[in-house]
Amino acid sequence: MTEPARTTTEALAATAQAGSGFDPVLPGIILLLPLLGFLLNGILALVAGSRSATALRLAALAEPDSEEERVDHQHEVGAPKRATHTLPTWIGPGVMLLAFVLTAANFLRMLGADLHDAVVISYWSWMPTGALSVDAAIQLDQLSMIMMMVITGVGFLIHVFSVGYMKDDPGYPRYFAYLNLFVFFMLVLVTGANFPVMFVGWEGVGLCSYLLIGFWFQDREKADAGKKAFIVNRIGDVGLLMAMFILFSTFGTLNYGEIFAAAPTTLVYGGGVVTAITLFLLLGAAGKSAQIPLYVWLPDAMAGPTPVSALIHAATMVTAGVYLVARASVLFALAPVGAAAVATIGALTALFAATIALKQYDIKKVLAYSTVSQLGFMFMGVGVGAYAAGVFHLMTHAFFKALLFLGAGAVIHSMHHALHATHKDWDAQDMRNMGGLRRPMKWTWIFMWIATLAIAGIWPFAGFFSKDEIIWYVGTSAPFGPLYAVLWGMAVVTALLTAFYMTRMMILTFHGPNRTGEAERKHLHEAPLTMTIPLGVLAILSIFGGWINVPESVRNSFFGGFGLLPMSEWLHDWLLPVTAAADAIRLEQMGAYAYQSPIGGGHVTWGFIATGLALAVVILASRLFLSRDVKTALEEGEPTSGIGKLLYNKWYVDEFYDRIIVQPVIGISRFSWRVVDRVLIDGTVNAVGAVSRGAGWFGSLFQTGQLNTYAFILALGALALLGVLIL
Amino acid sequence: MVDLLFYVFAAVVLGGGIGVVLARSPVGSLLFMLATLFAMAGIFVLFEAHFLAAIQVMVYAGAIMVLFLFVIMLLNLGHDFRKDFTHGAGMIAAFAVAGLLAGLLARQLRGTGDHPLYAFFPGPEGMDALLAERGAVGAIAHPLFTDYVVAFELTGILLLMALVGAIAIAKQRV
Amino acid sequence: MLVEALVLSAILFVIGTAGVLIRRNAIIMFLCIELMLNAVNLSFVALSRYLGIEGQLYVFFVMTVAAAEAAVGLAIIIAIFRHYETVNVDNFNLLKW
Repeated sequence: MTEPARTTTEALAATAQAGSGFDPVLPGIILLLPLLGFLLNGILALVAGSRSATALRLAALAEPDSEEERVDHQHEVGAPKRATHTLPTWIGPGVMLLAFVLTAANFLRMLGADLHDAVVISYWSWMPTGALSVDAAIQLDQLSMIMMMVITGVGFLIHVFSVGYMKDDPGYPRYFAYLNLFVFFMLVLVTGANFPVMFVGWEGVGLCSYLLIGFWFQDREKADAGKKAFIVNRIGDVGLLMAMFILFSTFGTLNYGEIFAAAPTTLVYGGGVVTAITLFLLLGAAGKSAQIPLYVWLPDAMAGPTPVSALIHAATMVTAGVYLVARASVLFALAPVGAAAVATIGALTALFAATIALKQYDIKKVLAYSTVSQLGFMFMGVGVGAYAAGVFHLMTHAFFKALLFLGAGAVIHSMHHALHATHKDWDAQDMRNMGGLRRPMKWTWIFMWIATLAIAGIWPFAGFFSKDEIIWYVGTSAPFGPLYAVLWGMAVVTALLTAFYMTRMMILTFHGPNRTGEAERKHLHEAPLTMTIPLGVLAILSIFGGWINVPESVRNSFFGGFGLLPMSEWLHDWLLPVTAAADAIRLEQMGAYAYQSPIGGGHVTWGFIATGLALAVVILASRLFLSRDVKTALEEGEPTSGIGKLLYNKWYVDEFYDRIIVQPVIGISRFSWRVVDRVLIDGTVNAVGAVSRGAGWFGSLFQTGQLNTYAFILALGALALLGVLIL
Repeated sequence: MVDLLFYVFAAVVLGGGIGVVLARSPVGSLLFMLATLFAMAGIFVLFEAHFLAAIQVMVYAGAIMVLFLFVIMLLNLGHDFRKDFTHGAGMIAAFAVAGLLAGLLARQLRGTGDHPLYAFFPGPEGMDALLAERGAVGAIAHPLFTDYVVAFELTGILLLMALVGAIAIAKQRV
Repeated sequence: MLVEALVLSAILFVIGTAGVLIRRNAIIMFLCIELMLNAVNLSFVALSRYLGIEGQLYVFFVMTVAAAEAAVGLAIIIAIFRHYETVNVDNFNLLKW
């Protein structure tokens, strides 16, 4: 497998690519490294699993401990670690580091080359059926390269963080096995050269997400959260599959290159087919990227370990939908209705999730809804045709949201240890129980403030550039002008809400008096270096990550240091080969962007307005929450009335879905079970059984047990035979 | 002469057969059976099957019947012969079946001698030549140890199995 | 003489059948079965006079099987007798159900 068996056409293509100077370095190895890590860690996990099962059984035999005490034993710190718990420390992050280095080498090579067409490397023929021929092929181009950089880079940092975060967990090797497997599938997703290969990765990351959300499967609630994520994602997958079916019936192939090359001529602009394709793709993307109406699984997915939330449910997997839309940019450019649907869904989700985040007290829930909201921003971006802007925000968001999640992980880690040391059964994730953590956790505090300012859109942090660019494009998009003006307004409001709830989170967590209690306070501590160093790296990226895609006008203004910034719109130019076709269609159909907000003003003006407003919101929110006397979770309880209750309960969407979808499905299932299965099917089967039994009983009447009877009947039988022979 | 002997033996065979079925005590049945077997051996001789006639007397009449006799004596049977016959409907049914069988066989045998197939019967000359060449024992032994040797060996195994089985079944502890 | 022998064989076979159906003493039923076997033997021998030595070979095998059958059958009868104190087949009805 290391030596790709290229078919003739691909070999020719590769030769052509070689002319343009890009020759990938061991691209297959990048994918195989995490898989190798998965296999090694998986073996270790099996060994550790069987041993801990034995140990548990022995312990149960030796002393009938209560369940709680046994869990305590598992948490015991300081005991010498077995090889199954020390090897993953090196294997897990190790393969990620190697993969990142290889990816970076490829990235640098691509940077040096002038690559116009994607490099497709076909390994073997996967589904060589009559009409449909699918190769197991990967595709390296600018988009997949950016995604791979984010996945392996941020992934490596999160792996390192996990070493510190998960070190006392009994499932440590299993955790790294899943995490490596996830990275493998995510790389398959972004490098697949056709829809089926991408779909393998798509389903694979869903599987790993399920496994990692339910990582602590002993807890019923967490296992259920995993199932919820899995099932909701399946709904989206139906859409993706439908889109693939239509694509195949239209184009006769599922390879990216052929479809996107043929699309402008095969499909009618704004026609029904392409609109159907894009809408189904949107359904798939909405499932994976947690957009309305399929966003409900992401907040529950916070049941998994926090680094998992950072890697899968913030930085990489949930952005797969954005990647999908950017990848299929040609199709969306051809379908203005589909694109507008993407943008509208994105805007609605962004605003909706931001409102919920205002009133959440679980630090991870705030970040979860913030993620949903930011994903909405990305959808807006790719929906209005600003694919580079969407991917740009995807990238910066990966930096600062991973940082926020990891920081939250460090906080939870510290809180957990403090509460655990004194056996206090408070919620370690509830911000009302925190407060004043900036003193024991100085570095985490600084880093998280950087991320907060970045997500709030304060200059010069990364979020300022990426978010403003999306808002900008939304306001000036066509052809549904008024709609986009409304979306623009929603985006601006969402941005301000984001600044507000993030500030609220920071103040509740790190500022004000500490509310953990006297005994617990002295157990609060800064996270170990394995956790703070990744935070630091991500913080640096959160500051500077936004500088790679600054519009020319902004670069020459105050925000770009009046032209000091060495590059402008680098990412946009970098992605141009991928988005060029879509941009061309856009330009032809509705002309260039107006470069004006719906209510006037240019880039620079709105840059000032946006950062000023965000800064004002941050300051206002800080003052508001600093002056407020925050009660702990136990003292305060749940809000009982008004809009607070509505937001606290997440607009009752889960309850609504439960009433409208889940309960009817359960009802139908129950009907199928009680009536169809039990009465009809079981009844039929039982009737057959009863008839057989009756026939047997009837036949048994002939069995008298009397030898005479048998002899007599035997003679009769012989007679009958003889009669047949003679007569 | 030969015909006359045949009819005499046939009469003994039939009488013995009826005696076996109708005799009151098992020992009586057994003695009638012995008569039948001896007469049958005589008929075998008439058909030039001297070897079979010999083992009919030695094995059948000698060994097997003595085995029956042992068992009858051992179990001390034969005191309640009334229950030994079926009654009423059973008897009628038995005779019906026997009659039906007799009718079918009679129909089959009627006109056997006139059947055209018998014209192609090779006649006793071939057998006479064979017997003259090999002798009564050799005529049977030769095919038994050449063409039928596998069946012969299997018969030996069957007898061994019957031996073991009989011991196992009749052992004191069942 | 062949036809007469075959007729004798048929009559003897019918007598044996009737005996099996009429009698209830297991040992006598056995004897009647031997009778039927002998009837068949007679047919074989009679026909072998004209058709070749194989008929006599079959009789040889039938005798062997009869011997084996007698040995096992009588052993079963002894075992049953030990249990029921009778060899009347009316009492043996465990074969049902």
